[in-house]
Amino acid sequence: MMLNMVQALNQAMHQEMERDDRVVILGQDVAVDGGVFRVTEGLFEKFGAGRVLDTPLAESGIIGTAIGMAVYGLRPIAEIQFMGFIYLTMNQIINHAAKLRNRSRGRYAVPIVVRTPYGAGVRALEHHSESTEALFCQIPGLKVVVPSSPYDAKGLLTASIRDPDPVIFLEPTRLYRAGRQEVPEEPYEIPLGKAKIVREGEDLTIIAWGAMIPVAQAAAEAAEKNGIFPEIINLRTLCPLDTETVIQSVKRTGRALILHEAPRTCGLGAEISALINERTLFSLEAPVVRVTGLDITVPLAKSEDYYIPSPERALQGIKKVMEG
Amino acid sequence: MNESFDPLKGDMLQILNEKGEPVRRELIPGLPAEDLQKIYGLMVLTRSADLKALKLQRQGRMGTFAPSLGHEACQVGSAFALGPKDFVFPYFRDLGTYVTLGYPLKNYYLYWMGHEDGMKIPPEVNVFTLAVPVGSQLPQAVGFALAAGLRKDPVSVMSYFGDGATSEGDFHEALNFAGVYRTPNVFVCYNNQYAISTPVRMQTASRTIAQKAVAYGFNGILVDGNDVLAMYAASKEALDKARDGGGPTLIEAFTYRRGNHTTSDDAARYRTEDELRTWEKKDPIERFRLYLQNNRLWDEALEEKIQKEAEARINRAVEDAENTPPPTIEDLFVHTFKEMPPQLREQLADLKNFLKESGR
Repeated sequence: MMLNMVQALNQAMHQEMERDDRVVILGQDVAVDGGVFRVTEGLFEKFGAGRVLDTPLAESGIIGTAIGMAVYGLRPIAEIQFMGFIYLTMNQIINHAAKLRNRSRGRYAVPIVVRTPYGAGVRALEHHSESTEALFCQIPGLKVVVPSSPYDAKGLLTASIRDPDPVIFLEPTRLYRAGRQEVPEEPYEIPLGKAKIVREGEDLTIIAWGAMIPVAQAAAEAAEKNGIFPEIINLRTLCPLDTETVIQSVKRTGRALILHEAPRTCGLGAEISALINERTLFSLEAPVVRVTGLDITVPLAKSEDYYIPSPERALQGIKKVMEG
Repeated sequence: MNESFDPLKGDMLQILNEKGEPVRRELIPGLPAEDLQKIYGLMVLTRSADLKALKLQRQGRMGTFAPSLGHEACQVGSAFALGPKDFVFPYFRDLGTYVTLGYPLKNYYLYWMGHEDGMKIPPEVNVFTLAVPVGSQLPQAVGFALAAGLRKDPVSVMSYFGDGATSEGDFHEALNFAGVYRTPNVFVCYNNQYAISTPVRMQTASRTIAQKAVAYGFNGILVDGNDVLAMYAASKEALDKARDGGGPTLIEAFTYRRGNHTTSDDAARYRTEDELRTWEKKDPIERFRLYLQNNRLWDEALEEKIQKEAEARINRAVEDAENTPPPTIEDLFVHTFKEMPPQLREQLADLKNFLKESGR
């Protein structure tokens, strides 16, 4: 079935709610309205007000409520309308969702999924374009997952819903309706913590995720015209990171480019670069290169393209790492 | 009963006055003598266990600790009203609540001694881990109650917090959710007059905390928090109502924190000796003892028995806690996720190697 990312996510939730009656959805405008991006469309009609709950407008309340529901034994999927509003939930996510299993020595767990659209490129208002995934990767007890295609979206969301621990599920807004792809009708899981090599190559390794995967692909195509063959790793899960896949690839290619939309300083690229240096410094033929968002507030619509790494900037990065 | 006390008018439920005399005889809960003595015993146990913790802290045998002195009636009275399937979300000043629920005293001590196993809750005790970030347990209590309601599970959820918590956004969000969904929650606020040094008049311009419930569309009641029978009666009614689908209640237990905020605090910096003396005269345990004595439910022999039992339990708990070996290195890692990811396995191995090489 040809689906876009919104439809693939929607199908994953339909199927998981059918499979497991502990799965419930809560958030602002998720029920009657089907979510502001329509990701939860049709679920309220199918499963009713006892499974799909519109909430008052209160992000911390939503996540705190989801935690309590999870402690009771449900498996809530909470939607935060935009990543720019997730900061209000940090106390609940960091102090409780992430720590409860440890604090209670395993008696209580928090198998929730916090879904939120993220990233720039849709000409949105302030606070609607951020990519602050690294904030969550620093927190022990959280998993951070980012799909980059309809196929990945369905498989990763299914795995996240079934996961016994809290998952921050970041949906690249720009890719929601960017294209359709064949998505299997039956439920399937893409395992968390495993990256995927989405393009094989021998000259350098590009490490990317989310909305940067199409950018990496476009840059790789341009590079091939110049006789450079990049390998692209789609991380899929940012935490825990699939270090092994990254290191094995860089060992082969000897060069690494990290491409992310988030600001550069203390972005995940810094961690990946450090891992490469620790594990395989002597197979490097050039310094690791980062092509990233900027350490500035994401500009408003008229200027946001300066911020987002483009295929051209990625290509420049490829040339740099090849020359280095 | 609860609804006949209007928090907007400042009505306060009191059943026993400070001398232990019934002022509202018709509201005395119909508890058998055995339960009344049990409640008294739990209050004494709470007081003694609390004072013991303070002593241990001064001797360097316990870490920073939040004393419960003065809260025995609001903790024990409310928790004694819980049904067998009801669930509790406590905060960090809830010794009497834990004790009433049958939580092992050893674990309670262990927690404040800095041992993770202190919050290893036995499966038969329906209590949540204690919340340190103020007010953050309240949305969780609402989520638990909401889930129980969705599952048509007749469970009430009691949550505890101080007056300071009512200034937190999570208090508002939780009570608002509870009102909207009519969840089976009972919110018990110990208005003990201070959040560390900040007096309650700096937390809110409302005349009472109980009246805040009105804005959320449910009932709030102001209760004399040093009157254990009043606390029991208000809690019992609110819990039964919630379990029967009648929605949430906010109970403001008007009391006083006679100890320091924690052992790291010095309350003499911000309150007077006179004020403290005034509240010592309202002692919840003495008040209830006088009531029992007047009703021939207390004598010296009972007191001795209760004191001895409490002392034995406390001493055993301290001994067990102090004899508990520290957590293993593995223990620190294994509960981060259900399954350890490679990063944690690697860091665990590194730490073990380091300890081995450095001869520790």
